[in-house]
Amino acid sequence: MSTATTDNNAVREHAVRKELFVDGYEVVIGIEIHCQLNTESKIFSSAPTDFGHEPNSQASIVDLGLPGVLPVLNAGVVDRALKFGIGVNAELGLFNTFDRKNYFYPDLPKGYQITQMANPIVGVGYIDVVVNEGEKNEYPKRMGITRAHLEEDAGKSVHDAVDGMTGVDLNRAGTPLIEIVSEPDMRSAHEALAYIKAIHQLVTWLGISDAVMAEGSFRCDCNVSVRKPGADLGTRTELKNLNSFRFIERAINREIERQIDILEDGGKVVQATMLYDPERDETRVMRTKEDANDYRYFPDPDLLPVRIEQHTVDAIKAAMPELPVARRARFEEALGLSEYDARILTGSRQIADYFEDVVAEIGQQDAKMAGNWVMGDLLGALNKDDTDIIDSPISAKQLAGMLKRIKDDTLSGKLAKKVFSALYEREGGDGDDAADKIIKDKGLKQETDTGAIKAMVEEVIAKNEAMVEEYRGGKEKAFNGLVGQVMKASRGSANPQQVNQILKELLG
Amino acid sequence: MSELHLLSTEQLITGLQNKQFSSAELTEHYIKRIDALDSKINSFITHTSETARAQAKAADELRAQGDQRPLLGVPMAHKDIFCTQGVLTTCGSKMLHNFVSPYDATIVSNIDKAGMISLGKLNMDEFAMGSDNSSSYYGTVQNPWNLERVPGGSSGGSAAAVAAGFVPVATGSDTGGSIRQPASFCGLTGIKPTYGRVSRFGMIAYASSLDQAGSMGRSAKDCAYLLQPMIGHDPRDATSIKYEMPDYVQDINDAQAAAGDKPFEGLRIGVAKEYFGTGLDSEVEQAARAALKKYEELGATIVEVNITDPEITLATYYMLAPAEASSNLSRFDGVRFGYRCENPTDLIDLYTRSRSEGFGPEVQRRILTGTYALSAGYFDAYYTKAQKIRRLIVKDFDEAFASCDVIASPTAPTAAYKLSEDLDPATMYLGDVYTIAVNLAGLPALSQPVGLTTEGLPIGLQLIGKHWQESQLLTTAHLFQQHTDHHLQHSTIAKETV
Repeated sequence: MSTATTDNNAVREHAVRKELFVDGYEVVIGIEIHCQLNTESKIFSSAPTDFGHEPNSQASIVDLGLPGVLPVLNAGVVDRALKFGIGVNAELGLFNTFDRKNYFYPDLPKGYQITQMANPIVGVGYIDVVVNEGEKNEYPKRMGITRAHLEEDAGKSVHDAVDGMTGVDLNRAGTPLIEIVSEPDMRSAHEALAYIKAIHQLVTWLGISDAVMAEGSFRCDCNVSVRKPGADLGTRTELKNLNSFRFIERAINREIERQIDILEDGGKVVQATMLYDPERDETRVMRTKEDANDYRYFPDPDLLPVRIEQHTVDAIKAAMPELPVARRARFEEALGLSEYDARILTGSRQIADYFEDVVAEIGQQDAKMAGNWVMGDLLGALNKDDTDIIDSPISAKQLAGMLKRIKDDTLSGKLAKKVFSALYEREGGDGDDAADKIIKDKGLKQETDTGAIKAMVEEVIAKNEAMVEEYRGGKEKAFNGLVGQVMKASRGSANPQQVNQILKELLG
Repeated sequence: MSELHLLSTEQLITGLQNKQFSSAELTEHYIKRIDALDSKINSFITHTSETARAQAKAADELRAQGDQRPLLGVPMAHKDIFCTQGVLTTCGSKMLHNFVSPYDATIVSNIDKAGMISLGKLNMDEFAMGSDNSSSYYGTVQNPWNLERVPGGSSGGSAAAVAAGFVPVATGSDTGGSIRQPASFCGLTGIKPTYGRVSRFGMIAYASSLDQAGSMGRSAKDCAYLLQPMIGHDPRDATSIKYEMPDYVQDINDAQAAAGDKPFEGLRIGVAKEYFGTGLDSEVEQAARAALKKYEELGATIVEVNITDPEITLATYYMLAPAEASSNLSRFDGVRFGYRCENPTDLIDLYTRSRSEGFGPEVQRRILTGTYALSAGYFDAYYTKAQKIRRLIVKDFDEAFASCDVIASPTAPTAAYKLSEDLDPATMYLGDVYTIAVNLAGLPALSQPVGLTTEGLPIGLQLIGKHWQESQLLTTAHLFQQHTDHHLQHSTIAKETV
């Protein structure tokens, strides 16, 4: 189904889905996502943001918080945040300011984190998601976004480098983040996961984040509470730093169970920050509200307010890529793809772009064929090799070159598979005409000469009298056997349709 | 040669240009004086005599090769709040007793590029918090006019070093009057420029929205010479502003050339009764009024203006400045640089003892005040309200400047007091009563000497200008100094020869 055309309010309306209730409890989940923006330099310094270097080699004097240093805003993060805001249909903070969040921690060099508290760059918005996508019980839902704001990341404490000591690595300090805060709209772990995946797809689609969960560039905190239907919101706990899709679902479900167990035993849920231990598959209290910090937020006097002009927003809007939901709808409507195909082909912007590049070469009428090759053969092979489509050994033009040869009957389906394998091994070189080269070099051209095929058919008929008799005796299967013999004789190069036709003619 | 240190910056430049003396000789003269006399006043924390000698030698060679930079080879010294690469930067605190900065503050490199020679780092109130230099970990500074008196703060070391004739000019920083008040106590001219005029990059932050670096010298023109290389947009400071660049010395020269008998014809000087109220010492008031009379004689018109009640301004300042300071000083936690307590038992112990042992009482007092003001539940009552009043102060200045060009007031309510008077903090804070509104409004202001008390202590007059009008302030003070000799009086130490 296409969510782009669904009535917004109908989606937003939370039909109370009784099947979501757990032991008669309704689950309420709100999510904060910390997403690293993919600028080359840090949010307030010119140090690089590269991952995986020697500790403290990617930190400038500004990131180290040395006395006297000052932050200067990297304009690149503003553009990226605006793209995100437009992507989630949000009110944009055309006047946004930076605040200091004060607390002491060894990996926080200045003793405060620069963030946006009072005037964030992205205000209220929403994102449409499909829950249980691809399954029978899938349904669309609109998830509200409260706000999204810019902030700097902290460094990290290293506990295992020197025995009995804790080290501090500030390479990550000052890395630009956008913190995306949702409304408490999620009613199950599945809904939470659908939301997180949608945000993940959006930020990578927009090209504003690499969002690699394993590297910590996309981290989720989930606020979970349960209540009896119709009751006030229950006490929430916060699951911190979930960094894989798999663990998110498990962690939330464990936490729901934990809270219900407490309530069923007549206890009270205590507001706390929780950690999920994947090894023991359980959630544990990290700290309770009693040790919560008073962050003493106040406007950062070192940074001037950011005023964004409408023409800047207009320019970004004009340059925005078509978003996944809209693109999927277009693939279905304009290209006649099935819902399933359209979903796979919009799995990422790179896949969608690749597919469209192929279609641009061979024409919209053959979009379905292009889709099948991209989804089936190409993504299958890439997946097996754990390779991203951006690193595909076959370029979109090369694949299109091959598809053109299928269309003009140079290749049969079978031959095309051979050409595809050769292309994947880069046997045709880097040129757009790689498929043609392979066809020529390997002699994989389909035989379409009627005379030549007729000669082969005649030879097969002559050599397989028994089979011919069987066919004439009414055994349809024998016909397929004869086709197979002709194909074999031609080493697969004969056009199967012509073989069929000629065989039928000659057998009367 | 014995009188070199009594020459103005302009005379030093001319002397170097005319080969009356070399930079090496000049530098040696100052080093000799510092070595012989600074033990009396304690104005330096760090001496850089050796590098200064090398720089002076290099400057002489460059000048011989035709280098025309006017300040080439002229000595100076920096307040120890400015980071200097490879040289100790303590900010007057035990917390940074071992901190050698890996980088230069923007103004330090700018002054360096102008060819000036730094003789060292000057004593100051710890993290620029204080009004009499008594909060320095490196001990109080004595006033060169009277060793029993304080030099003012927090740029007390800068003021004392210039007044003692150890350097012709020095940098200072001014958060609530820290250039103007010590200039007043030590008989100097000192200017705090418009907020955003001088980069704050590399100046250790006290209260970021109020801090501004400036220059101190014995005359307005001396200040102009040193201020020139300090100003300008710095891409490393987001609050530094791109604005037209004046030539202060040229402006002064032009104004002097154009001046007749009545150089201040057309100048309207605003005088606010709020700045001549209770608490003002009568000798200070008399000297200030006499100076205003002189301005009138020279053609100026005195107009009455109203500005915000100084007591309200004072309360606003002592809410906002500590709030910012409490956050700015969080980075001094014993983890990465500076003082760390011995044998911490755990992280909290490391923080607690490093900060308790590394910060002095005045700094701790302001951190606690500021932490309280920013706390949940008190934020609106204190911080937010203070910000609102700050806007009203700006508005009051705007209205006052509708009817005048500059506003004049005593710089401080008294002349330099005795350290032993041991003021309680609240009384000491009153010493900033006339200067802090300027910082809250981001305006430029200077203090110039306008006389001596019967005990022979200097008295200062403050001139406050509109935004970006440093040139007018310097020119006004300079023309006044062409018709008076208050700025030519020398302190006891300056008169000593070695």
